[in-house]
Amino acid sequence: MNSNVTNARGQVNAVQRAGSGQHPYTYTTNGLTKVYGEGQAAVHALRGVDLKIPSGEMVVLLGPSGSGKSTLLNIIGGLDRGTAGTVFFQDQELSAMSDAQLTRYRRDHVGFVFQFYNLMPSLTARENVELVTEIATDPMTPEEALGLVGLGKRADHFPSQLSGGEQQRVAIARAVAKQPTVLFCDEPTGALDSTTGRAVLKVLKDVNEQLGATVLIVTHAAATAAMAHRVIHFADGAIREVVENDTRLNPEDIEW
Amino acid sequence: MSPLNRKLLRDLWRIKGQAIAIGAVIAVGVLLLVMQSGLVTSLDETRRAYYERYRLADVFAPVNRAPAQRIADLAAIPGVAAAEGRVSGSALIDIPGLDLPLQARAVSLPDFGKPRLNDIYLNEGRRLESDHPDEILLLKSFAKAHGLQSGDSLSATMNGARRELRIVGLAQSPEFLYTAAPGELISDDSRFGVIWMSRSALAAAYDMEGAFNEALLSLERNARLPAVLDTADRILDPCGALGAYGLEDQFSNSFITEEIDGLRATNASVPPIFLGVAAFLLYIVISRMVQSEREEIGLVKAFGYTNVEVGAHYLKLVLTIAAGGAAAGCLLGIVSGRALVDIYLLYYKFPFLVFQLDPASFVTGFLVSVSSASVGGVLVLRRVFALTPATAMSPPVPPDYSRSGRIGQALNTVLDQPSRMVLRRLTRQPGRMAGAVIGIALGMALSVAMIGIMSGFDRMIELSFNVIDRSDVTVSFNEAMSDKTVYELQSIPGVIEVEPVRMVSVILRHGLKSHRGAINGLLALPRLNRAVDSDLKSIYLREGGIILAQSLANKLGVKPGDTLTVEVREGRRPVLSIPVVGVTTTLLGAPAFMQLDALNRALGEPNRVSAAYLRIDSAESAAIYRILKDMPAVAGVSLKSDARAALQKQMDTGAGATRFIMAAIAAVITFGIVYNAARIAYAERARDLASLRVIGFTNGEAAFVLLGELAVVTLFALPMGALLGYYLSFAIAIGFSTDLYQIPASVSLESYAIAAIAVLIAAITSGWLVKRDMYRLELVSALKTRE
Ligand SMILES: Nc1ncnc2c1ncn2[C@@H]1O[C@H](COP(=O)(O)OP(=O)(O)OP(=O)(O)O)[C@@H](O)[C@H]1O
Ligand SMILES: [Mg+2]
Repeated sequence: MNSNVTNARGQVNAVQRAGSGQHPYTYTTNGLTKVYGEGQAAVHALRGVDLKIPSGEMVVLLGPSGSGKSTLLNIIGGLDRGTAGTVFFQDQELSAMSDAQLTRYRRDHVGFVFQFYNLMPSLTARENVELVTEIATDPMTPEEALGLVGLGKRADHFPSQLSGGEQQRVAIARAVAKQPTVLFCDEPTGALDSTTGRAVLKVLKDVNEQLGATVLIVTHAAATAAMAHRVIHFADGAIREVVENDTRLNPEDIEW
Repeated sequence: MSPLNRKLLRDLWRIKGQAIAIGAVIAVGVLLLVMQSGLVTSLDETRRAYYERYRLADVFAPVNRAPAQRIADLAAIPGVAAAEGRVSGSALIDIPGLDLPLQARAVSLPDFGKPRLNDIYLNEGRRLESDHPDEILLLKSFAKAHGLQSGDSLSATMNGARRELRIVGLAQSPEFLYTAAPGELISDDSRFGVIWMSRSALAAAYDMEGAFNEALLSLERNARLPAVLDTADRILDPCGALGAYGLEDQFSNSFITEEIDGLRATNASVPPIFLGVAAFLLYIVISRMVQSEREEIGLVKAFGYTNVEVGAHYLKLVLTIAAGGAAAGCLLGIVSGRALVDIYLLYYKFPFLVFQLDPASFVTGFLVSVSSASVGGVLVLRRVFALTPATAMSPPVPPDYSRSGRIGQALNTVLDQPSRMVLRRLTRQPGRMAGAVIGIALGMALSVAMIGIMSGFDRMIELSFNVIDRSDVTVSFNEAMSDKTVYELQSIPGVIEVEPVRMVSVILRHGLKSHRGAINGLLALPRLNRAVDSDLKSIYLREGGIILAQSLANKLGVKPGDTLTVEVREGRRPVLSIPVVGVTTTLLGAPAFMQLDALNRALGEPNRVSAAYLRIDSAESAAIYRILKDMPAVAGVSLKSDARAALQKQMDTGAGATRFIMAAIAAVITFGIVYNAARIAYAERARDLASLRVIGFTNGEAAFVLLGELAVVTLFALPMGALLGYYLSFAIAIGFSTDLYQIPASVSLESYAIAAIAVLIAAITSGWLVKRDMYRLELVSALKTRE
């Protein structure tokens, strides 16, 4: 698996981004809550989340199942709206944006790896990536992106011809390919063995370091937290603890 | 190619079976529209061209006897482009081996050259030569009906004298497109002939040397018809004018017009109903197809595609199917319209064909299909767009079973697991199920109504010939005779019953509306040919009033109590004022009835009859016909069995023939709807069904879950379709009715049963097709992709 995210274009891009006067915090939330349903059946997925995510950091979100991690990712990723509270992306208030503005925001800034891969079954791996590069302003080629996750040779296969882990890697290639400002990964390594898993984490780290992208990773594997700048412990719809790592492990050294 | 477009193509390929089924339904809807309107425009255009090329007159002015030089006066009327006089008279043709003589019209052609007006189209043989007075041309359809050819001889009685004639050619003319014996409505090639003879020969036969008894006029483009008619009548009055009339009142043309108008009326109501049903199906199917793409829509939106981009993608999919179906419909419509026009031309006896399409039908077909598909797509897209991408991407919220409560509990104990799954799906998605039920019900309704129409045609014939007219034979006289003739007929052995009738040709006027037809003077309470009310009981004909057929009353806009102006077109041609005293149910023609004595008194001609209805002993018929044939007063004898057969033939080959095509199309639509309902249910459930199989359900049990749903939907649809069909049959019956005949809506139990069986067969076949696909499904690949 080659990790040639350090290609010429990537570097130019990173330089541009660094030079464009970065906002100190990519995300700021205040009292963010999310309630699904109403009445007796209401589920409080988020119960007042106050969060600051500094730009350019790699952040890991840990927490038990059902604690609201995906919900938080969806809201700050512009896929969903909170019930109350505010969300800022840099200095723009996401929670006040129209649907069209949110669409613009997703298109221009966000890369998403969904918990359930969400590949288009009728498109090949390459075409699934193209779906995103097609509308991005400065994307890599689909081949480059698939090469990063070690699937260069499977570009013309349909999702039904790929294993679960391979599908997950296509999903990662798709999210990385647009060279996003922020990259959200909902359990990106859940279905992967240790070698492939470490390689994927390496890709995420490269995106973070070389493109300057803010990367948010949701995971159940506590060991992954060791490579993050910042670890957010989540429980029952609220932040229990935020830990900043003084020393970070390289992906290769993470225990699986 | 952009990935979305590639997805479009692959999706289309994946759902090709269903896309074709949807396309087929919309295609037959459009086909019907295009074909039918092409038929009408072609007939119209062919008729126009035929009239023009063979210079059919615009005005016909019959007269007793006018000197030849009068024609110059007629030609000088302002607005008249050309005038020609000719001789025309009635004749009887004797065909060896036939019991009865056949009625015919003899018409003159100029001795030299072609006629300026009312030219003929020569099918075979040659034109007349003036130095052979026994040469004739014979109407081709009549000749064919009797196996006559050029070279044969023919014996005919003209003006009382029997003559041997030689057929030198067979011809046809726009003047005789539709022919029927005098006093009859239904065309019968074998029972009415036309003979063309040279002017001098015919003049000699009818004592018209140096004279004419019919003037033909053609008009300039901006001529005023009523003024020309008035002037012509004034000029011919000293010679015994019988009343000039325009082309629209000419016998043949008025029938052709009625047939074409009838076809047009059918087209205005029936194909739109079919297309409407197809459009509804398209709407339902498309909205469910888009609905099932909800998660993919959410995903593409999550990547930052705008609503417009996503919407355009799905509309492309939807419009490809809709426009593809419409285009196929247009093409098939042209092809089948073309084939059908040929058949119609045979029926209408046009010598050539001008095939012309109606561009409006293409536009309508496209607009209806494209808009119903777009509306179906757009409404669902709007609902999905209203969701956040996160919600759209997640599978629909698991249903709330907390409400099923005790009923649910009770059911659990009664039903097995697969039955409960069927039941839950039905109750959980009532909107979707209602759409499927309505769709299938509409298909059933179409079938019910079309089967009902089939029996409506039979019922029309049955009512007309067994209930309203109970005679066997109609004998018409050369002129109005003394009523003693009736007693003469009565004394013929084998004649059981005789009933006199006086037919008077009239123009009925009410306000600005008018109708050219006849009044039938009948006995006060006739037994053979009756006026009946809506309960099919005889109406007693009171003195001093007129009873109109319902269709005639509608045409004139009158109701009982109103007064009609009646212009009599024969004898002394009085103008009468007669109150309408009732309306009668007739399904054939648009007759008006008066009491015989009252009619005669109003005309100032007491005790006259012009025809008689006879009921006879069929064993004696040959002898009776022989006697009638030799009675000098008898102009013609027509048998009801002939008329009935002729009408049956006319409805099976003329405008009524479209009912067979429409019934076939109704069947295609019904099948298409049911099949689509099954396909869609399968498409929506393929994953669930695969999961069932994986956790150990047998193929049969999984199929039950799928087909049980289809079965329940179909069973709900049957009664609803029966009810809708009942109402639809009225609309379709009106569409099929023409001025010549009215088709009653008659939906019998049988119609419901046949339609229900058709729907069930469609359901079973569709179920079997879907089940076959399901058994072939690869479990692994169905489960593997989680969009
Ligand atoms: N659309 C929804 N409607 C109702 N409740 C929901 C919906 N989506 C999520 N929830 C509930 O909100 C809570 C948080 O869900 P979320 O998906 O954010 O959890 P998570 O932390 O990502 O869990 P996991 O680690 O299992 O993915 C859960 O209790 C879940 O049941
Ligand atoms: Mg989650």
